[in-house]
Amino acid sequence: MTNEQIKEALSAKFPTLSEWETPHDLLTFRADAQGGLKVLQYLYDDDHLAFRFLTDITAVHFPGRTGEELCVVYHLHSLETNARLRMKLYVPEGRPDVYSATSLFSGANWMERETYDFFGINFIGHPNLTRILNVDEMDYFPMRKQYPMEDPTRTDKDDDMFGRGGSY
Amino acid sequence: MRPVKYNENKKVAMADIPEGYSGEGFMATKFGEVIRMARANSLWPLPFATSCCGIEFMATMGPNYDLGRFGAERMGFTPRQCDMLLVAGTIAKKMGPILRQVYLQMAEPRWVIAIGACASSGGIFDSYPVLQGIDQVIPVDVYVPGCPPRPEGILEGILKLQEIVKHESLRRRHSDKYKGLLNEYGIQ
Repeated sequence: MTNEQIKEALSAKFPTLSEWETPHDLLTFRADAQGGLKVLQYLYDDDHLAFRFLTDITAVHFPGRTGEELCVVYHLHSLETNARLRMKLYVPEGRPDVYSATSLFSGANWMERETYDFFGINFIGHPNLTRILNVDEMDYFPMRKQYPMEDPTRTDKDDDMFGRGGSY
Repeated sequence: MRPVKYNENKKVAMADIPEGYSGEGFMATKFGEVIRMARANSLWPLPFATSCCGIEFMATMGPNYDLGRFGAERMGFTPRQCDMLLVAGTIAKKMGPILRQVYLQMAEPRWVIAIGACASSGGIFDSYPVLQGIDQVIPVDVYVPGCPPRPEGILEGILKLQEIVKHESLRRRHSDKYKGLLNEYGIQ
């Protein structure tokens, strides 16, 4: 199954899908934040497409894109046709709501917890949306770019020597 | 001097006989001296190895370096039997409470060695998930520098700890200063 066939089938069913690209031959498109789960369901249920393996869920933070700062990325794999694709949903930082894919893929559970942990994406319908890798006491989402990577409690490093903060 | 030479091999260093009064068939010394000597030469190591420093520690326990020569032959993988906690490697903040729990389960007297830059200060991992030195969670007796330190470095750290053990008062654990130190870490 080629990228064109997948694109044709998807566009016929969901005309609102946009931003079609194939970087490194990987079919990529954008879906509405609220309609993402319907696309996943269609890709899963259709016997010709059969995208029934969820490779990964992650997110990207684009501070410059006002109103759609956070991008949730789904990687899917069809084990029957050996095709892969990538779906992106854009959500605003102030209200990062996306429907959970746990009803379709059990493996989405921990992936969504991780994405919540680092980017603060609110997966609606997730059975246990709590932090998974970071300490429970953490009160921010560390992969959002307004937060520094460095540990703020460390005092023994000379900022000029190590390039922390300042104008570097 | 002993009447009988038990050890004719000059290459083997034996623990020195503590100061005291000795005659034919007896020796009198202070109780503390004997206990300190015994403690220093039978430290039971508890390895808490999380990364590359742990590999160096394995080499330290192996036949080339052989920590057993210094009386720390058997590693106990339960904190209740051990008195020397060797933290070798990066400790994530999420692991901090676990490390603390291990320390709390050790019986007094207990000593801690931070092996390598990560355990001592966070090392190159100046980053939000990494504990910036285990002394934020538990008190540390000896810091071994290096990234990772060579086995010679780890041995040097353990010999330094033996010096501490040999010279610390038996009543140190009851002193207000020591209790104050533990209270700083929230340990009763």
